[in-house]
Amino acid sequence: MPKRTDIDKILIIGSGAIIIGQACEFDYSGTQACKALKEEGYEITLVNSNPATIMTDPDFADQTYIEPITADTVELVIAKERPQALLPTLGGQTALNVSVELAESGVLDKYNVELIGAKLPAIQKAEDRALFKEAMIKIGLEVPQSGIAHSVQEALDLVKEIGFPAIIRPAFTLGGTGGGIAYNIEEYEKMVAAGLALSPISELLIEESVIGWKEFELEVMRDGADNVVIICSIENVDPMGIHTGDSITVAPIQTLTDKEYQLMRDSAIKIIREIGVDTGGSNIQFAVDPKTGKQVVIEMNPRVSRSSALASKATGFPIAKIAAKLAVGYNLDEIPNDITAETPACFEPTIDYVVVKIPRWAFEKFQGTDETLTTQMKSVGEAMAIGGTFKEALQKGLRSLETGWSGLDNHPLEELPLSELPSKLSIPNVKRIFYIKAALARGMSIEEIHAYTHIDPFFLYNLKEIVDFEQTLSQPSTQQQIKQHLQDAVLNHIPQNGEPDGVTTKKLLQQAKQFGFSDRQLSDIYNVSEGTIREGREGLGIEATFKTVDTCAAEFEAETPYYYSTCSSEDEVRPSDKPKIMILGGGPNRIGQGIEFDYCCVHAALALKAEGYETIMVNSNPETVSTDYDTSDRLYFEPLTCEDVLNIYHKEKPFGVIVQFGGQTPLNLAIALKEAGVPIIGTSPEDIARSEDRKLFKAVLDEIGLMQPPNGTATSSEEAAPIAAALGYPVIVRPSYVLGGRAMQIVYDEELLQEYMHSAVQASPEHPVLIDKYLEEAIEVDVDAISDGEKTVIGGIMEHIEEAGIHSGDSDCVLPPYTLVDEQIETLKTFTYALAKALRVRGLMNVQYAIKNDEIYVLEVNPRASRTIPFVSKAIGVPLAKLAARVMAGETLAELGFTREIEPTYFSVKAPVFPFNRFPGSNTRLGPEMKSTGEVMGIDTDFSRAFAKAQKACGYTLPLRGKVFISVKNKDKRAIIFIAKKLIDMGFELIATHGTAKVLLRNGMEAELVFSIGKGRPTIHDYIKNHAVDLIINTPTGDLHRPNELLIREMAITHDIPIFSTIPGAAAAVNAIDALQRGDITVTSLQDHFRTL
Amino acid sequence: MKAILALADGTVFEGEQFGATGETAGEVVFNTSMTGYQEVLTDPSYKGQIVTMTYPLIGNYGCNEADVESIGPQVEGFVVREYSAYHSNWRSKWSLDTYLAEHGIIGIQGIDTRALTRRLRVHGVMNGCLSTEDPNPESLVAKAKAWHGLVGWDLVQRVTCPNPYAWQHQENNNVDPKYRVVALDFGIKYNILRQLTEHGCEVQVVPAQTTAEEILAAEPDGVFLSNGPGDPMPVDYAIETIQGLMGKKPLFGICLGHQLLGLALGGKTFKLKFGHRGANQPVKHLETDRVEITSQNHGFCVDIDSLPNSVDITHINLNDDTLEGIQHREYPIFSVQYHPEASPGPHDATYLFSRFTEMMDF
Repeated sequence: MPKRTDIDKILIIGSGAIIIGQACEFDYSGTQACKALKEEGYEITLVNSNPATIMTDPDFADQTYIEPITADTVELVIAKERPQALLPTLGGQTALNVSVELAESGVLDKYNVELIGAKLPAIQKAEDRALFKEAMIKIGLEVPQSGIAHSVQEALDLVKEIGFPAIIRPAFTLGGTGGGIAYNIEEYEKMVAAGLALSPISELLIEESVIGWKEFELEVMRDGADNVVIICSIENVDPMGIHTGDSITVAPIQTLTDKEYQLMRDSAIKIIREIGVDTGGSNIQFAVDPKTGKQVVIEMNPRVSRSSALASKATGFPIAKIAAKLAVGYNLDEIPNDITAETPACFEPTIDYVVVKIPRWAFEKFQGTDETLTTQMKSVGEAMAIGGTFKEALQKGLRSLETGWSGLDNHPLEELPLSELPSKLSIPNVKRIFYIKAALARGMSIEEIHAYTHIDPFFLYNLKEIVDFEQTLSQPSTQQQIKQHLQDAVLNHIPQNGEPDGVTTKKLLQQAKQFGFSDRQLSDIYNVSEGTIREGREGLGIEATFKTVDTCAAEFEAETPYYYSTCSSEDEVRPSDKPKIMILGGGPNRIGQGIEFDYCCVHAALALKAEGYETIMVNSNPETVSTDYDTSDRLYFEPLTCEDVLNIYHKEKPFGVIVQFGGQTPLNLAIALKEAGVPIIGTSPEDIARSEDRKLFKAVLDEIGLMQPPNGTATSSEEAAPIAAALGYPVIVRPSYVLGGRAMQIVYDEELLQEYMHSAVQASPEHPVLIDKYLEEAIEVDVDAISDGEKTVIGGIMEHIEEAGIHSGDSDCVLPPYTLVDEQIETLKTFTYALAKALRVRGLMNVQYAIKNDEIYVLEVNPRASRTIPFVSKAIGVPLAKLAARVMAGETLAELGFTREIEPTYFSVKAPVFPFNRFPGSNTRLGPEMKSTGEVMGIDTDFSRAFAKAQKACGYTLPLRGKVFISVKNKDKRAIIFIAKKLIDMGFELIATHGTAKVLLRNGMEAELVFSIGKGRPTIHDYIKNHAVDLIINTPTGDLHRPNELLIREMAITHDIPIFSTIPGAAAAVNAIDALQRGDITVTSLQDHFRTL
Repeated sequence: MKAILALADGTVFEGEQFGATGETAGEVVFNTSMTGYQEVLTDPSYKGQIVTMTYPLIGNYGCNEADVESIGPQVEGFVVREYSAYHSNWRSKWSLDTYLAEHGIIGIQGIDTRALTRRLRVHGVMNGCLSTEDPNPESLVAKAKAWHGLVGWDLVQRVTCPNPYAWQHQENNNVDPKYRVVALDFGIKYNILRQLTEHGCEVQVVPAQTTAEEILAAEPDGVFLSNGPGDPMPVDYAIETIQGLMGKKPLFGICLGHQLLGLALGGKTFKLKFGHRGANQPVKHLETDRVEITSQNHGFCVDIDSLPNSVDITHINLNDDTLEGIQHREYPIFSVQYHPEASPGPHDATYLFSRFTEMMDF
């Protein structure tokens, strides 16, 4: 079928803020869909609250609504734009859920909007456990047995059918708490009773345990003519019981015979047909009993998913793009395969390499939570690596994670007592792969490790090969010989082929490379520098070769330059002689470095491509738009390490490399790359270093006469106390080099300081601890600017709504500032110009200021793209990252026509989204260490409405009526009066603890009294549990000694009750509620906002 | 042990031996299936060929008794990037190394199979020599050059059964035999026989040189023309047999059977540059407009323009528009170039076996 002509306007819904389980893969899919459908001539209306997405760039849709993704807001968009169709399958679970809500409530019928891709019954059938199970049984497939129980008796009846071990999952508990596996009836009864008590609706799901079974996924596509193809098969190295998002996975499937694979393929095809997904992609998961081969269906996602993004990058087949085209009527055989250009998209990609995906976690940010990996996803990002063998891909993947590993490294873990290994192996955890290595190195058998981990022996054997080979390389005799040969080779003494020793060395090193060993790993083994390894092996003729990802295992010639490195005999890449610029991406997502940086990298690629440069992208994150093969002219899917980047550099010889867009990742490489002769364009690595080094930076500030908060540096814990005492508590402490505020804390007294110095960091002369005076109650301001070396233009000034001391990534902020006076704004500008000049910035710069008592302090300068660049770009309608890329390539701001600051007539509010519900037991308090995973944007001509939108987009439902609990520290008691008064005027009732209530009463306000925790009942906890409170304003006294307040916060988060912990935050919330009560919320597209500029 | 694969164009790949040792020559081809190496190895259509798997890890799930397409491996040699010494699967019985060694098949691993595949794609399939005995690359290249090649060689003789036999189905089969089918064995894959049985056929397998008269004397309900190796042109006796059966019995041909039918109908065949070997070939069924993902293994092809008016084209390869299936306009005769029996590969085209039984019903 050709494309449909009966529709011309399509609504696409994005996935909103980045959260665990829903990251930038949906920007990738949404961007592809927007592009594909625009290319077909459709008008696109887009709703997505996440400003850091490429899809919300005004060029990708005709009307871009950065508005909350809630049914009522999307209805406003529908009413205004009147699209004829809604494509619900590309924006993750968020878009799917909202679409279902709109369909079920009749909104879609009311406005005659057709669901395309997947219809309502199909979505319901796939999403509803009972309906899905019924459908599977109907088509003769097996599912794990399961049932719902509301009482102990029901649960006992169920387990008779299900048998042991049985999984107990209480419904709606935080992070799946209260669940578990029962192996006998006694355990079972206990867990059932506990689970029923914990579940707010007293409901348990009892399931047959398939824990330890092999886990597989198929990515399936179907078109309107009922053609079904499998795009990619994925095998989880970690067995059932660990969420696929938390598992190391491999594509394609490694341990199934064709008979078994085809059976699974047949099942997948039956499933997509039975569920009735009309067109598009689905992800289907299977579990296989390793002893019998019995296959059961676990679940199906009737939409593109994280796995489909991975599958797209793993195969080169753009699932989301094709899904979008299928949704408007094309069939698979009518769409060309971009990669080969000569064959149609109706085929099954075949690959001739191995793809490994490894998750990246952030448990260090959520101390106190259980780090066991379970069926609930906890990772915040992932790296993908492509290699010629599993071993090579795995080791590349491990170094791609950028967690300090350079492959399957030796860890201090090896010192772990042997007796502890079994539990480390059997309880899934973040470092399990290294425990496996430790076990192998100590001679534990594959069979034994398999018994503990249930990881297929095939993978364990491959790990063993790595371990054994490392031992071969490290044998004293070999070690000496190889070291000698490497050093000789550096000096150009190359052992001739005839020399047996040289041949052995070359062979061993070649094999090391084929096993994925990095130069750094080798440098550890041979105790020489990484540079010696590099030069030595190059001297011996061992270099990385590049091969193409082509969907067809070389059967057809590939048009698309999408490459990976592997140690082999042939290099396929033919560099062009065009002027080239290489852009280093941000690697796997982590807290503090995610989609915002990918956004900047993509912009750089698009802008420079448009200027006629050949753009080369290097990145290892499969979720991103930057790793889409048509974002840049050339894509290298490679780890962002010095070795891997240099390999590409030597191959391509670009005239410039951009390191300031990918966050900390490329910046960490900048100096080493420069020393290796790589031309870094933009602000020089030395100047970047000047901003990061405390002493050098102080000199910069002194030179231009700016102030920092008083501070000192401690090289030992003994030094810390007198420094802190001299500065006066509270102080902010942090290690000298920090990423995303890692291990940064506000400490309020010496006891806490000592605790910090002993537990969190090890201060030494090489790694001093920085101690800053914490400016309490200061206003924090973020400024993003661009400079061409001469002229600096401010992109935006953002005023934080929270006070200084909360990481800027975790703060709500507003652009333009809402409380600063013109004079302050002018000063901030002047300071920023001076800083840009002093640091010789060419490109982007972000400055954080604190304003206290009319004094402006410089907290931090980052002469690189900041997390707020996409937000600011969308707030002012200027693509700052694009301009910066062109500035780095040599243009001036005058040439680019950006010489004047933009002053929007509307307010843009940015609000963070936190993953606390995934980490029960962790500290939910905000501080200088960033904890949010993503952000949303609210735009409106009125600040309160913009704030209300941002809150809504974060998923907080600000109440319009009901009860507000107020408990504030003494210092805030005066400020709370006005807020409380306003709440009463707006019809709210107040609840307060004794102290606050007294103050309220004195000011003529009645409040329902609750006891402080531990002083009697009821307490606010009881109110929260009874859903008898709708909003909480609780300003903690700051220090960590107040577990009660933390508990309030955690309970509020669990029960979805909005909570504000600062006075400015509370004030903004109350005004926002006022705006909501007035009910005059409207939606406006970005394009319309920009028309007012 | 070192092993060397030398191509007739002078390219030499050095790797490690696995399986058997010795020396062998053959046409070097590549297969892009990611699973199913045991089925590939045992497919008689690979007679005369040294097969390279494009998927780099081979041997992972070992070998078993069930996943065979003939009595044993048929390839001349086997080329992989990384042979997995560890085999992991609940059905695995032997390592691939043991399996190949026992059947005298030389394997080479540790070579850049993608470089080899690209060479074959660009320059076409080539003759090659694989050896663990001769360490001299030049002499091996010379041997590769000297090898006679597949064109004009009747390989069917080497794989057909010596005597007729009745196919004994090994697996549980609840279908009562309804049709009596004679299968002409040009190198038949077991899975065709399994499929026919599962579709209610009682199958008598006969040698390739069986004549039309002999077949007709057995009074079958239908005749099946099997797959097989090499060039169809020299298999003239089979062409004659097919001509003697046309219009008399329903005929169903697969792969070489399809090519022989094409020749019997007066068409021509030609050699493809590097063939179709894999499990992901898209074929369009022109009657329904549906696309089937098919398993394929052929180096020769019926020229679409040479077909007489008496046949309709039913299936086309979407990758290169070559002929994939025909149907006679008058007689109950049809054939496909690809492998509906799969094994290895997708089951999308299993319906063709029902089509055959429907024809016999008629």
